[in-house]
Amino acid sequence: MKKNYLTKIGALLTTTTLAFASLAGCGTAKAESSGAASDATTVEDETPATTDAAEASEEKSDTVYRTLDEIKESGTINIGVFSDKSPFGYVDENGEYAGYDVYFAEKIGEDLGVDINYVSTEAANRIEYLQTGKVDIILANFTVTEERAQEVDFALPYMNVALGVVSPSDAVVESLDAVGADDQIIVISGTTAETYLEKNYPDIKLQKYDAYAEAKTAFENGNAVAWANDNTEVIAFSLENEGFTVGIPSLGDADTIAPAVTKGNESLLTWLNDEIETIGNDNFFHEDYEATLLDTYGKDYEDTLVVEGGKVQ
Amino acid sequence: MQSLGIDVLFKGTNMLRLLKGLWVSVEISLISVALSIVLGLIIGVLMTSKNSVMRFLLRVYLEIVRIMPQMVLLFIVYFGTTRVFGINISAELSAIIVFVFWGTAEMGDLVRGSIKSIPRIQYDSAYALGLNKFQVHFFIIFPQTIRRLIPLSINLVTRMIKTTSLVMMIGIVEVLKVAQQIIEANRKASPNAAFGVFAVVFFLYFIVCWPISRFAVKLEKRWALN
Repeated sequence: MKKNYLTKIGALLTTTTLAFASLAGCGTAKAESSGAASDATTVEDETPATTDAAEASEEKSDTVYRTLDEIKESGTINIGVFSDKSPFGYVDENGEYAGYDVYFAEKIGEDLGVDINYVSTEAANRIEYLQTGKVDIILANFTVTEERAQEVDFALPYMNVALGVVSPSDAVVESLDAVGADDQIIVISGTTAETYLEKNYPDIKLQKYDAYAEAKTAFENGNAVAWANDNTEVIAFSLENEGFTVGIPSLGDADTIAPAVTKGNESLLTWLNDEIETIGNDNFFHEDYEATLLDTYGKDYEDTLVVEGGKVQ
Repeated sequence: MQSLGIDVLFKGTNMLRLLKGLWVSVEISLISVALSIVLGLIIGVLMTSKNSVMRFLLRVYLEIVRIMPQMVLLFIVYFGTTRVFGINISAELSAIIVFVFWGTAEMGDLVRGSIKSIPRIQYDSAYALGLNKFQVHFFIIFPQTIRRLIPLSINLVTRMIKTTSLVMMIGIVEVLKVAQQIIEANRKASPNAAFGVFAVVFFLYFIVCWPISRFAVKLEKRWALN
């Protein structure tokens, strides 16, 4: 799926070159008439290099990220988090970022001695953000998978996760084999649930949404028979909303959630791993859970969900 | 009856954030619309040019804009330029570039259509009256073109304003994203907030788009009298 997407982007880049070339053809009138247009011109000027650049971008990409020292020097770290995924990453009523991921991000900023610039990411653009160096760390409930590990570097995990499937209580889906041919299951684009279902249940029709809030609304409105997502999500959803039951609490392999950095950013990765181990000695992530997740999941899930000091039990 | 969840908007600074988000959408769309109209007029005139190479190139440009979803364009400009050229264009500027790129092509085509729709006899009569080429275009054709353009371009403008919701994919927090954030942050306390908040967002978009269409109607009426 993702590979597909990348080649598509590549092909489209070539087309854009064409587009820009045609713009260049339409001449100076355009370029002179406005500020934003002249920015477009800057891009045009470099278009002759595109074809080679596409090839060369692989080598170039190792300069995309900022090293630990560069981040410290600049005084600000860019951290990509979700802004609509309570209780992991969301924005509270005062406009402040909050949640389990953000609690950890705050700790990172504090221990690095830098300010944090939060970037609101979507599930589908997290890798893109890292690969272009537009954020230094992604802390957006990012599940570690082999495919993703080829694109970005994961640090030590700080949470456990598996997939779960939630469905209305009057028609609980307890096995994916029982899903009818015309029934649809909701997934969020770019999540592990999407990849897992496409790989293992290619016959099931998926209804894909880009944002969490859209998927939730669609599911509540009965657009599909079930919603597959991380089990933390579906458990929380069923606890909060009456009339919904988690029919399949654990599907597929147990995975972990970890911070990710741009591929090859060794200095930041090493620092992050040390940080996770160090703060693990003070039971930081249990403290984090109690501050942010306790209200949602209760005491029962604490040891199931939290990974302390990067060591999976 | 259950609460519609509009009350969540009065918690903390939620309403202010929503309005700020609206301003982000409006700012991006107004800048893009203004540039698109100016550039679109130029491109539109060029589209009617006698030079076939020029016409072909503009045709390719228009087709590219038609074929490519705006979301893909946003990804290309925001992430693609960094990947390929190593240039960092801010998310706001990327959005404006994409919307201008799109708006100019569509506006240009509308202008081309409007110019083409002016009957041949208008040119002939004008020349027969002894006007020169510049006078014919500037005093006879151009005013009629603009009048025909109004309803067409208003459709494009309001569509551009609504399409700004896509910019959340490149990390810009605009009105719809703020709405989703508010709904999510309150999903425990007010699980029904989605309806109320989206209703307010609908109303906000309406407030922005409605004056534009009223203005267009006014212009049409005024010019119709002449």
